[in-house]
Amino acid sequence: MTPIVSFWPMAAILVSLLGALPIILSDRQPNLRESWTILIALVKVTIVASLLPWILEGGSYVFTIAQVIPGVPIELRVDALGMIFALVASCLWLFTSIYSIGYMRALDEHAQTRFFASFAVAISATLGIAFAGNLLTLYLFYEVLSLSTYPLVTHKQNAEARSSGRKYLTYILGTSIGLALPAMLITYSVAGTLDFTTGGILAGKASPELLALLVVLFLFGFAKAGLMPFHGWLPAAMVAPTPVSSFLHGVAVVKAGVFAIFRVIFHILGPETLQSANLGSLITYIAAVTILVASLIALTQDSMKRRLAYSTIGQLAYMVLGAGMLSALGMLGGIMHLAMHAFGKITLFFCAGAIYVASKKKNISQMDGLGRRMPITYLAFFLGSLSIIGMPPLGGFISKWNLLLGAVEGDQMVLIVVLLVSSLLNAAYFFPIVYRGFFVPAIDGEEEGIKEAPLFCLIPLSVTALVSLALFFFPDTLLQLARMALGI
Amino acid sequence: MNATNLHLFVLVVPLLSALAINLLGRRSRQWIAPMVLGSLAFSVFGSIIIMARVIEHGNLSYTVGNWRPPYGIELVVDPLSALMMVLISVVALLASFSSLKSVEQELPGREHFFFTLYMILIAGLFGLVLTGDAFNLYVLLEITSITTYGLIAMGRGRAALSSFNYIIMGSIGACFYLLGIGYIYILTGTLNMADIARILPTLNAPVATATAIAFALVGLWVKMAFFPLHSWLPNAYSQAPTGAGTMVAPLMTKVTVYLMVRVILSMYTPALVFTHEWIAQGVVWAAAFAIICGSVLALGQKDLRRMLTYIIVAEVGYMVGGIFLANANGLTGSILHIVNDALMTLCLFLVVAAIIYRQGSVSLVSLQGIFRRMPITMAAFTLGAFAMIGVPPTCGFFSKWYLILGGIDGGHWEFVIALVVSSLINAVLFFRIIELGYFGSLQDGDHHGPPSTERHEAPWWMLSPLVLTAVLLIVVGLSTGPLINNVIRLMIPVGF
Repeated sequence: MTPIVSFWPMAAILVSLLGALPIILSDRQPNLRESWTILIALVKVTIVASLLPWILEGGSYVFTIAQVIPGVPIELRVDALGMIFALVASCLWLFTSIYSIGYMRALDEHAQTRFFASFAVAISATLGIAFAGNLLTLYLFYEVLSLSTYPLVTHKQNAEARSSGRKYLTYILGTSIGLALPAMLITYSVAGTLDFTTGGILAGKASPELLALLVVLFLFGFAKAGLMPFHGWLPAAMVAPTPVSSFLHGVAVVKAGVFAIFRVIFHILGPETLQSANLGSLITYIAAVTILVASLIALTQDSMKRRLAYSTIGQLAYMVLGAGMLSALGMLGGIMHLAMHAFGKITLFFCAGAIYVASKKKNISQMDGLGRRMPITYLAFFLGSLSIIGMPPLGGFISKWNLLLGAVEGDQMVLIVVLLVSSLLNAAYFFPIVYRGFFVPAIDGEEEGIKEAPLFCLIPLSVTALVSLALFFFPDTLLQLARMALGI
Repeated sequence: MNATNLHLFVLVVPLLSALAINLLGRRSRQWIAPMVLGSLAFSVFGSIIIMARVIEHGNLSYTVGNWRPPYGIELVVDPLSALMMVLISVVALLASFSSLKSVEQELPGREHFFFTLYMILIAGLFGLVLTGDAFNLYVLLEITSITTYGLIAMGRGRAALSSFNYIIMGSIGACFYLLGIGYIYILTGTLNMADIARILPTLNAPVATATAIAFALVGLWVKMAFFPLHSWLPNAYSQAPTGAGTMVAPLMTKVTVYLMVRVILSMYTPALVFTHEWIAQGVVWAAAFAIICGSVLALGQKDLRRMLTYIIVAEVGYMVGGIFLANANGLTGSILHIVNDALMTLCLFLVVAAIIYRQGSVSLVSLQGIFRRMPITMAAFTLGAFAMIGVPPTCGFFSKWYLILGGIDGGHWEFVIALVVSSLINAVLFFRIIELGYFGSLQDGDHHGPPSTERHEAPWWMLSPLVLTAVLLIVVGLSTGPLINNVIRLMIPVGF
């Protein structure tokens, strides 16, 4: 079907970009400012959702922003893969906005205007990545996302925030300029285009050696995906306020990296081209190492958010692993995991933040008996962790099941073992938290007066936990989009 | 004034206003601002009209005094010189708003001297991009240089010494260029560029031609501070009066790079310049070296303005390298970078001027917590920094794109690596400052007392051109396509 030229994808991006302005202008009226945030988030979800029916029918939308380089305009093109990411990101931003209000006010954080404004710019960039029609446009929004999240990571403005911010930029900006940019230029030089095309643009144009080089440059160049050894920024970025960690470092930023890698594998290098050059195993092995090592490190972390961060690194590598299998089921599993993990992980981060708001506790070893004081939060945490581990009846099961089937289909024994071992490790680092919360008695007198976090925090985390549950029973729309993205 | 000689007026009006400023400004400084801004505004409109006309109807030419070329002096406007006219007039106009303010503060009572030189310099720059005559080019080059020496010497402290160094280096450069032209005149008997380009390939004198080209190019390299001939630039630009820096830093080196493009494309012809492949290759290596050295030297600076001057040295390497890649993408990148770098440098030097106006210093220590004191200035600084790093969609990204692509096309991986490394170093350089400004006085061993956190933004005279320039960085970036299709592509010689 011929694509429809439409301004709506651009509008979805602009609404939060321009929305930063009223947010800044209502600096002195917090209620008005937060109303803007919610309003913008609602408008955004509506616009993105309104694009969905036509995509499901197999259509697409295009919008050219500017002609900059012959054959490579700055262009938006909404397709099934982008739609999945955009839907997940815009939905979760709405929940995060509500949650942020509860969190930031309960802790009486400083510079809230800057916080909400930067957040608005970041979500614009995220949608830009989802809707990018070619690699240049994706790169553009990728960089905007890196830079707009810097003030969020360094929000506390203390020495720790400063060094974390430095690390963040060094990893993210360093790899994107040093590795991804040259890779993109080499691709353009060889192919003469950077449009996302089903089956890739390099078929028959590049030697296996060049392809291998490009794979490595792209995989590590998009360091937001946190593949080892370029993962160090993510645990460091946990110094940010929890809404940032949950949305950006559980969903938007990290998935932007994975999404970029998906785009490159599916629509630039092309699965078949990679298959014929036998490069799938290169990708899967890099991912497999990251999965195992990250899960092992997660076991050793006592800080709740750091444990979640290492868990994220491992789960992101699952997605890359799926894409690297280059088989239909594997790739399907990878895409599904992008969505499923988002809902699960954001729930976990929301819970971590809620626990912090309610009790000022950051370390797991201090959280004995908290579950009985905060039953809803802990229940949501339990559901979220089940989803990440990949247990039925939660959404995460569907993606991990597909990944496993993909590995079986490809007869890749090593990957099957990696997936199973890693699931056990996931359980091993999540269940103790829940167990401590419910069954280990609290130290006497210490837990007095701790009750559930404010409703602004509690409602979003309950909803995302329930969505994780619902996605097990109603995954059809997402599955259909993922199949369309892969053309199967 | 009519359709055919508008470009002459764009040049003459600033020149005449220079005289008027000297006479009237002496009586009352009230006269200076309207005359500076009025004549430059005229130049901006004139240049834009000329640009539109050239794109529509093709090249314009004007013979001064009606002496016909090749004997008389010819002023030629092709798409590239039209683009340069727009660039020079826009940059000069924007810079002069800020200069008027800082000169008022730094050189009270000497403003009319300053702006006389300033306007002659601008007229000279217009002349440089318009002239179609090789010797006339030398004369104008000296006019711009001498006025710059004067402007720089008006600075405080060791400015006079720096200016003297610049005079020596600049004069050596001028001599080299003059010798090159002398050889050409001996060989061809003409000084008209088009004429030379016609005659030179027909002569069978490879050694003499090569010598002539080499002398002229080295002369220009000294003038544009191509590493390792750059030693005069950092001192001269960082000790000049602030108001001079805002205009000289963005324009002088860039116009000299334009001159190099011009003599290669329109006088010596690319075929002759790039005959010996190893020479072109050697220059690209030298450019890669210049880029790395300029960037690394910038890392060692403790003052924002000095840091920027070393970045200028690195950027000159970008443009020289791009041209000597001798392919279409490289040349496109270089020409595009002339425009982009002028705007980026302008943006950052306007920031410097604004900060100096308020707190007298741009040493890195004094920049602690600056975001809170001057938020709008620093927002513009951040955009300028992104452009220097090469973050899309700012204009700096797109010229870098073409330069790197040219490097890949030509197989010059050292140039590609140099560009990437320099982008990374720029990221370090600028984020170091952004971090200082953003976090305030967290610096170890900070004994300067808490910096004032009260908001104290620069005056609107300095702020409005700055904000406009910052916006231009994105606008120009997004109009890269039209810019290349309508202007730059027309300049790429056939066979590139």
